[in-house]
Amino acid sequence: MEDKIIRFLTEIRPEFDFTNSSDFIENGMLDSFDIVQLVVSLDNEFGISIDGVDILPGNFSNVQNIVELLIKNGVTK
Amino acid sequence: MSSSRVKINLIEYFENTVDLFSGKVALVDANSELTFEKLQIRAKYVAVRIAQKNRIINRPIAIYLPKSNEAIVSFLATLYSGNCYAPLDTKNPISRIKSILQVLDPICIVTNNTYIANIKKCGLDIDIINLDELDLEKTNSIELNYNECIDVDPAYIIHTSGSTGVPKGVAISHRSIFDYINWAIDTFNITEMENIGNQAPFIFDNSTLDIYLMMFTGATLYLIPEQHFMFPVNLLEYLETKRINFIFWVPSVLINIANLKLLNSSRIPTVKKVLFAGEVMPTKHLNYWIQNLDKKVLFANLYGPTEITVDCTYHIVDRKYSDDEVLPIGKPCRNSDVLILNNENNIAKIGEHGELCVRGSSLSLGYWNNFERTKSFFTQNPLNKSYPEKIYRTGDIVYVNKKSEIIYVGRKDFQIKHLGYRIELGEIEHSILSVFNSINVCVLYDQSKGEIVLIYESKEEIPNSEFRIKLANVLSKYMIPTRYVKLDQLPTTNSGKIDRVYLNRSIIME
Repeated sequence: MEDKIIRFLTEIRPEFDFTNSSDFIENGMLDSFDIVQLVVSLDNEFGISIDGVDILPGNFSNVQNIVELLIKNGVTK
Repeated sequence: MSSSRVKINLIEYFENTVDLFSGKVALVDANSELTFEKLQIRAKYVAVRIAQKNRIINRPIAIYLPKSNEAIVSFLATLYSGNCYAPLDTKNPISRIKSILQVLDPICIVTNNTYIANIKKCGLDIDIINLDELDLEKTNSIELNYNECIDVDPAYIIHTSGSTGVPKGVAISHRSIFDYINWAIDTFNITEMENIGNQAPFIFDNSTLDIYLMMFTGATLYLIPEQHFMFPVNLLEYLETKRINFIFWVPSVLINIANLKLLNSSRIPTVKKVLFAGEVMPTKHLNYWIQNLDKKVLFANLYGPTEITVDCTYHIVDRKYSDDEVLPIGKPCRNSDVLILNNENNIAKIGEHGELCVRGSSLSLGYWNNFERTKSFFTQNPLNKSYPEKIYRTGDIVYVNKKSEIIYVGRKDFQIKHLGYRIELGEIEHSILSVFNSINVCVLYDQSKGEIVLIYESKEEIPNSEFRIKLANVLSKYMIPTRYVKLDQLPTTNSGKIDRVYLNRSIIME
């Protein structure tokens, strides 16, 4: 799961190293269009539909947070 | 100042508002708020610094600051000094900033501690004003020049994408702005009671409406922190807590909220007026908004290119539209006239397609330091054979329906609207060729997916990441293609040009 998330992030913003950042939002690595694109990629890849109310800074600030969001949506691996 | 006298420049309008509402909050950003009185004092301090070195009027001043109260203070300071401001995008690669500055030739650049190092990288010999180093208390007062400005003098210069690779500076006069704002105040009944929630970046002329409604009426302008647009739940909470009642946003933001299904009847109860412009608003998403907000909320579709001062037509949503119907761009704004000219330069009949052309006080003064381009886009009204009268040819193809409403059809050239931004595909192509000089490219837009597509001719596959990293040095992020297609050879037409029609059909509509 982590690998796929990092792959999506790197596709969206290849200029950044997402493995070494603890807060993508604070560090300005993503903008509003990137978040939209990331959610679409995650929804398609894992066959889920991330709820709009879960699109919050705390769920997207690092890879671990995104993993937890996916687990909450029933993704197992 | 007597408020009954006819006002001839923007500062006269602003001072009238300060007289009426001095203690009221004018501006709120993420860090601070300013009353009208404080806003005026700060703007005058900065204006004095500008005027100390430059006793001339009607020259450009570049503002290199992020969206903030400080930026608005700098705009006003420029006007107080009798000059015109040109907002620059702090997120732009420095090479793009440099090419803008070289054509603009400003008398100074206003910035702060955070951005000064970056602007110095341009290596141009231009006076820099660092707001963090201004000793505001010690400034001596000197006479400011704004009283010398008349209504046809330039107030701002906004840069739009240029098909030759260099952005064009569109110069807009005081009169064009106050004509537009007075129309908006009348049409949408704007008063000091308005709490305006600003989304538009200041490099985008939609922000003109937000900024000057505040300056003309005493309304409060909230500069919504950019991060809220990443997380729409937070955005809606912001609207609720700040009691925002007026928004003028780009459709992509409204669409995102609709797609995430975040609205319901009890959300954002304070919002009373929802205006949008910058790209086509799909009726399906508009219907979601209408169904989920109070019935009395006003929705309006506005249309216009930067060259005619933000908007020249509008349509207040007055009836039900089915999800597949096209929302009209409506009818001309007061004191603006629209001519729809067919290929023979005659007025198009009802239902007939033609190019939307505009005449009136809203017309830009021209492209800054570019008489050539100005001459080719601002031309003699072909219907007027008696005296010189300019029209602006928008390049937008439209028609009038049986209800006398104007309907937008598309472009006649390679300009696109992507995420609300106006982009010339030619600028993207030029920039790509400047960093990848050994390949041949064609850039197209996939409307249905909202993607900029780069098709390149090369023997070797070039990794997407290589494109994106290199292009980030020369292009704004919203101009960088997101889909890449390699071909062994680009197809050409009989005349040897790249066959865009064929590529569109085979790659975009496949």
